[in-house]
Amino acid sequence: MTAPTGKLGVVMLCHADLDRAAQLARHWVMQGCPVVIHVDARTAEADFAGLATALHDLPDIRFSRRSPCEWGSFGIVQATLDASARLLADFPRVSHVLLACGSCLPIRPVAALHAHLARHPDTDFIESVTTADVGWTVGGLNEERFTLRFPFSWKRQRRLFDGYVALQRALRIRRRQPDGLVPHLGSQWWCLTRRSLQAIISHPDRPRIDRYFKRVWIPDESYFQSLVRQVSSRIESRSLTLAKFDYQGRPYTFYDDHLHLLRQTDAFFARKIWPQADLLYRTFLTPDGDRALALEPNPGKINRLFAKAVERRVKGRPGLYMQSRFPIRARGGTLSAAPYGVFTGFAELFHDFQPWLARALDARVHGHLFAFDRVEFAGGESVFKGGLSDSPTLRDYNPKSFLTNLIWNTRGETQCFQFGPADAQDICSFIAGDPNATVFVISGAFAVPLWQSGRSASDVRPEAARLQKVESDFLRALNAPETKARTRIWSLTDFIENPAEPLEQLVDLLNPRAAHRTTDLPQLLPLNGFGTFLQDLRNQGMAPVLMGDFPSDAELAQPEQTFARPKIVR
Amino acid sequence: MAGPVSPSAFPRGLPHACAIGTLVDPPGGLTGALLALKLRSRRQLLLWRAFRRRRQLAPVADRTAAIVPGAVLCFLCVRNEARRLTQFLAHHRALGVGHFLAVDNASTDGTAALLRAQRDVSLWHTGASYKAARFGMDWLTWLLLRHGSGHWCLTLDADELLVYPYWQSRPLSALTGWLEAQGRDSFGALTVDMYPQGPVSQGHVGPDDDPLRHLAWFDAGNYQVQVQPRLRNLWVQGGARARAFFGETPRRAPTLNKTPLVRWHWRYAYVTSTHSLLPPRLNVVYDTEGGELTSGVLLHTKFLPGITERSAEERARAEHFANAAQYAAYYDRLTADPVLHCGASTRYAGWRQMEALGLMSRGGWI
Repeated sequence: MTAPTGKLGVVMLCHADLDRAAQLARHWVMQGCPVVIHVDARTAEADFAGLATALHDLPDIRFSRRSPCEWGSFGIVQATLDASARLLADFPRVSHVLLACGSCLPIRPVAALHAHLARHPDTDFIESVTTADVGWTVGGLNEERFTLRFPFSWKRQRRLFDGYVALQRALRIRRRQPDGLVPHLGSQWWCLTRRSLQAIISHPDRPRIDRYFKRVWIPDESYFQSLVRQVSSRIESRSLTLAKFDYQGRPYTFYDDHLHLLRQTDAFFARKIWPQADLLYRTFLTPDGDRALALEPNPGKINRLFAKAVERRVKGRPGLYMQSRFPIRARGGTLSAAPYGVFTGFAELFHDFQPWLARALDARVHGHLFAFDRVEFAGGESVFKGGLSDSPTLRDYNPKSFLTNLIWNTRGETQCFQFGPADAQDICSFIAGDPNATVFVISGAFAVPLWQSGRSASDVRPEAARLQKVESDFLRALNAPETKARTRIWSLTDFIENPAEPLEQLVDLLNPRAAHRTTDLPQLLPLNGFGTFLQDLRNQGMAPVLMGDFPSDAELAQPEQTFARPKIVR
Repeated sequence: MAGPVSPSAFPRGLPHACAIGTLVDPPGGLTGALLALKLRSRRQLLLWRAFRRRRQLAPVADRTAAIVPGAVLCFLCVRNEARRLTQFLAHHRALGVGHFLAVDNASTDGTAALLRAQRDVSLWHTGASYKAARFGMDWLTWLLLRHGSGHWCLTLDADELLVYPYWQSRPLSALTGWLEAQGRDSFGALTVDMYPQGPVSQGHVGPDDDPLRHLAWFDAGNYQVQVQPRLRNLWVQGGARARAFFGETPRRAPTLNKTPLVRWHWRYAYVTSTHSLLPPRLNVVYDTEGGELTSGVLLHTKFLPGITERSAEERARAEHFANAAQYAAYYDRLTADPVLHCGASTRYAGWRQMEALGLMSRGGWI
């Protein structure tokens, strides 16, 4: 069988999985494209012999001189140059040369590629971007690839590599670039016209250029990309090969379950393909190509998917602490997954604060989640969403996990809870440091239940003093400069002068897009007699300060009903 | 399963466990060097223990000559697991485990015969004490040392089924290839207790039935996470057992984080079950910069019917905890045939659900 010499020739760089390489080479030749294969000199001789045997029946296969191809070294460029020269010399009818690897899979049929090249006969398809414009190189080495020397292997001699880079930076050594060479970077995988490739191979200045690039880092991403700018008449700076890289610049692998995704690409080839991805090889390595290719390619979808994967790897899901993610202090972004509200003193002052808040905010409103005797979940549940138990021991064993779990489990629904000086306080510093927390405090309101208990001032004095101390500590944490939580703090006195305004404020803060404004407000407890209670506490030797300057009963002039049900005047 | 690790003395000032937002970089300088030395001698001691106990293992069926280079190996230590093993072997075989290396600790229910009949299982027998052999880890350390070096090794219990991202379409070799490309030598997984809808003793699950049809429920969001800075291993507790049995003694709740898949070197050693190992860098299966590393889930099929009798037996043997007396209440509750299912339980629907819930992560693998 003599396949006609095709328009497209293929240079294949291989180092492992040579059975797949053989399959690919056979496919190319059967489609009329001659192939020159370069096998890494470090690949076992037996594997190479196996490849040669597997392909011995095909006339349009050549093997170029084997040289070592270490990642990041000039060997890869040398191999490409050798193989390209061989291809151009042995197959005079080749008009375009494709550089591929042993795991580059053609997604579109060769006929479609031929048609594409026929429409653009003089175009070189090679990604070629100036160093200033490249955003994708990793490790900070961008322009320095061309201005420093890199005699050491990045993989084998990392310390020497890093040390030598640091030394050159310290000594401010800069290399001179060959005249007329403007450094460009781009994907290693290209498709060049015979004219351009020949011009690069027979460049008059090549010995000097090669000497220069031998000390450039990763020259396979810059050699052809730079030189093509000198010789080409028309460059389309886009690779025909779909290759995706992770955030550290390592190529992603495509598996069988990517079949549907690959059908969405507008590229002609994809790499790297997992050697055991039988389905992909079976689907795409057919003479007519895959029949289910998307008619309207959607490369944006692929880009988005990979961008999301990189984001998941680098940024993770804020507020989630688990097997994969446990940030060191100060490197984890927000501490919890979503905004939440903390209310101190409200439930003590209003009869029906919790149901009112749930209505006004359209949120889940819990009682005292950190109460000593029981976790007061909304609705009195004993096991809350995600399996959170109401056992206070379990909660206090790791209160930070308890709170982050609660917020994470209820993503999409705002959580609010009551918190006071009578609760377990270990969580305070976490709340204060969490930008997702909004804390509303009516300071001194803790005394209202004590007053209502009907016990004498001398009985409750120690308890009142203790609670006041705890609440002051909480307030101090909230007022510290390093606090990240949003806070609104009123003294009891200020609050009851005009309760409507703070309530409006908190609705605005936590649910700014509230569909309807709340007109009804919760019912404030009548506080006649509370002033006397505070005076009694003072007489017992305590100094109740957090309530502010609470008016005595005589001065509490407002008639009871006006703040029993305050209305907002519009 | 093991209880909490006793607090360590060195270095002073290093907390026993770091809660969320309190983890700091590992100690450097002289302290770091001394800690590294201490951990090194601990690792050598563990290897020495394994070496000393090698004679407790009597080969029953040694097919290790059939192990091919690059194969993923699975190590397990079993006692009376006949009803689980068929499914266990089938699941992990489908994932691409090349060879199983099993220690049978004096089973009486046909476990040995079942394992012996499998062509990809090598079997050793021992009648020695499980507890004295560090809950079987000395035996497995010896097998890992002898046969695991250079392989990716999966160390599991018979009641664990490994699930990782894309497990149905990508075998373990794809996962290990991805991990190697990322420069990782170990892979973390969270143990998730699966439980039935009714009392745990009810129902019938045959050896060939999929246990997850019966054990379809789990707790999705009550896992408490800490890091133990000395070995830098996670310390995750929670799940159904912590909720139902350890409400009053949460510190004793079972540890759920595991590092079951490691690219083994004979110098490595597991410290407590597969929760932590040495050298410590292998324990860092989590990202400390805010990102996520690829991780999986071990579906724990402990609560199959028969759990109540088994718990009574385990309690009597007192071979499962270092301080078994402290776990008497736990065994009492287990034996009382509890219902673990509640209104907040989640029904299992596959790895993508587990990932969305934040129990495992693709970690950038796509």
